[in-house]
Amino acid sequence: MAEATILSDSPSVASAGPESGPESGSGSQRLLELRHLTMRFGGVHALNKVDLHIDRGEILGLIGPNGAGKTTVFNVITGVYDPSGGDVLFEGRSIVKRKRYQRTKLGIARTFQNVRLFSEMSALENVMVGVDAQHHSSVGGAILRLGRQRREEREAHERGMELLEFMGIARRAHQTARNLPYGDQRRLEIARAMATRPKLLLLDEPAAGFNPAEKADLMSLIGRIRDDGYTVLLIEHDMSLVMGISDRVAVLDFGEKIADGSPASVQADQRVIEAYLGVPSDDEDLLASTGPGAPGDAEHAEHAEHAEPVGRAEPAGEG
Amino acid sequence: MIATVVLASLSEGARLLRDNFWDYTVTGATIGAIYSLVALGYTLVYGVLRLINFAHSEIFMIGTFGALYATQWLGFDPGDPKKTGIALIGVLLFCLVIAMAVSGASAVVLERIAYRPLRRRGSTRLAALISAIGASFAISEAFALWRGRNFEQFPRLFDKTHTVFTLFGYDVRADQVLIILSALFMMVALDQFVRRTRLGRGVRAVAQNSETAQLMGVNIDRVIVLTFLLGGLMAGGAALLDMVFLEQTRYNIGFILGVKAFTAAVLGGIGNLRGALLGGFVLGLVENYGSALFGTQWKDVISFTLLVAVLMFRPTGLLGESLGKARA
Repeated sequence: MAEATILSDSPSVASAGPESGPESGSGSQRLLELRHLTMRFGGVHALNKVDLHIDRGEILGLIGPNGAGKTTVFNVITGVYDPSGGDVLFEGRSIVKRKRYQRTKLGIARTFQNVRLFSEMSALENVMVGVDAQHHSSVGGAILRLGRQRREEREAHERGMELLEFMGIARRAHQTARNLPYGDQRRLEIARAMATRPKLLLLDEPAAGFNPAEKADLMSLIGRIRDDGYTVLLIEHDMSLVMGISDRVAVLDFGEKIADGSPASVQADQRVIEAYLGVPSDDEDLLASTGPGAPGDAEHAEHAEHAEPVGRAEPAGEG
Repeated sequence: MIATVVLASLSEGARLLRDNFWDYTVTGATIGAIYSLVALGYTLVYGVLRLINFAHSEIFMIGTFGALYATQWLGFDPGDPKKTGIALIGVLLFCLVIAMAVSGASAVVLERIAYRPLRRRGSTRLAALISAIGASFAISEAFALWRGRNFEQFPRLFDKTHTVFTLFGYDVRADQVLIILSALFMMVALDQFVRRTRLGRGVRAVAQNSETAQLMGVNIDRVIVLTFLLGGLMAGGAALLDMVFLEQTRYNIGFILGVKAFTAAVLGGIGNLRGALLGGFVLGLVENYGSALFGTQWKDVISFTLLVAVLMFRPTGLLGESLGKARA
């Protein structure tokens, strides 16, 4: 657990408290904490007693093979799923009983692995929905066009434009989200999430489908987001991206955390190497492989098969 | 033999329609405006919840009684002298506010009692639909028990047969002008509200992707209450206009009108605000032209034939579904 030394490098984090030594971890530094988090779908453990924390101002990379439970972590943090066991603490308070919109107001925002914009709204309106989360104008106020309604509307517009500019897509402001190029849709999702003024920003494979140049741009952008005082939890498959930008990396495999530390230490970790190299995604190879320290490989093969679709399932029928 | 009779009556109908074309047009637009206002309630709720609120017709009916009570409260009787000028505007506005308030409030209460408990328990949409039909009957029969089953007369508030202007030789009456203009005003107001305010954006966000909207901080319960409230307010406005036009109400007055307004919503593309507007006017006009051509007794047949015909070629209605597309 050498992350604290890396953290002290992060500049201009408004809420950065006193220097925290190694192992200190407690107190106001800790933004989010997962305690023994378990998520079962039927008999399958998508997450099994995962402990994970994120300190303020940190970029934590969350990696792992397909179906390891990364997106499930996001879904539990944001309230899409109720955990089967364990707890989620945000700024020291349990949030598992909070509704989704309340978690957004507390300061948690996310993007989606498969882009989920309000497809018939303009790019600017998408971002404005995010800004609206922190506003309070009432029905009466809106009908009578009271001062606050007008002020909030103007503010939402300005903040929306700022964020689009920050993400480099201001020229798309008035285009319908559905018609944007794929990369700009991904950028728009990040802008929309940032519009809610989150303390914690959850990015689910933001670079998926990007070419190397776009990935490099995105990396510097995520760095700037962190420098602006946001804390970032990043799911990413591109190793060079995630290792290059994260202050700390946690690795999930079959719903369990198998490593957590600096990028260098994680890359050198034997279990991580096995998870990625020793256990190929194809199940025949999986059964053939014998990974020491990973008991019950055949059982794991089943997890991989089932956890993947369930863990990633669109909760389409909800709401 | 039959064919010649049909042809003869058709040609007579055609002459009737040709000679009174603007008469039928203005009357059709007047009825259409009322359909549109009520259709907005169906479309809003459908857009957000994918639920057909069959009790919406009763929200309209409650509004007509609200308007009736408002006039009685002001001391009007059907035989009283007509109001003019400022007094008339004051009376109409008062009745409008009461009708809208009563309808809006009942729509919100309806959501609390008939739908929210089901939603909380994660029931199927079919259960909500049955609950809607049940609520519709319950409200309607409660009014029958309370007010009786006979028509009650709404007082004539002003000299509505007064000609405001002449359109191609047809005298357009004051009440028709009032109804069409008020309805258009309310629709524009609603459209602007949904397009340009924070709460309206929330409604559209939920309509397009309720899951994601909640994750972006939209309080879905408030959005749902808001859509019922907006639908109720529009129905209340429609109720007063309907009273001014037809001057009578009773417990089941919402039934046929509700079915027609729902037809208008589907015709225009349910879930689409501007579709409801278009659908209402199209239905009102076609119905009136049709009753000239084929006789008044065919009016409802014509409405539903039109619906079937449109849906055969455009299954999502004239303007397509989706509340999101309600923008320019």
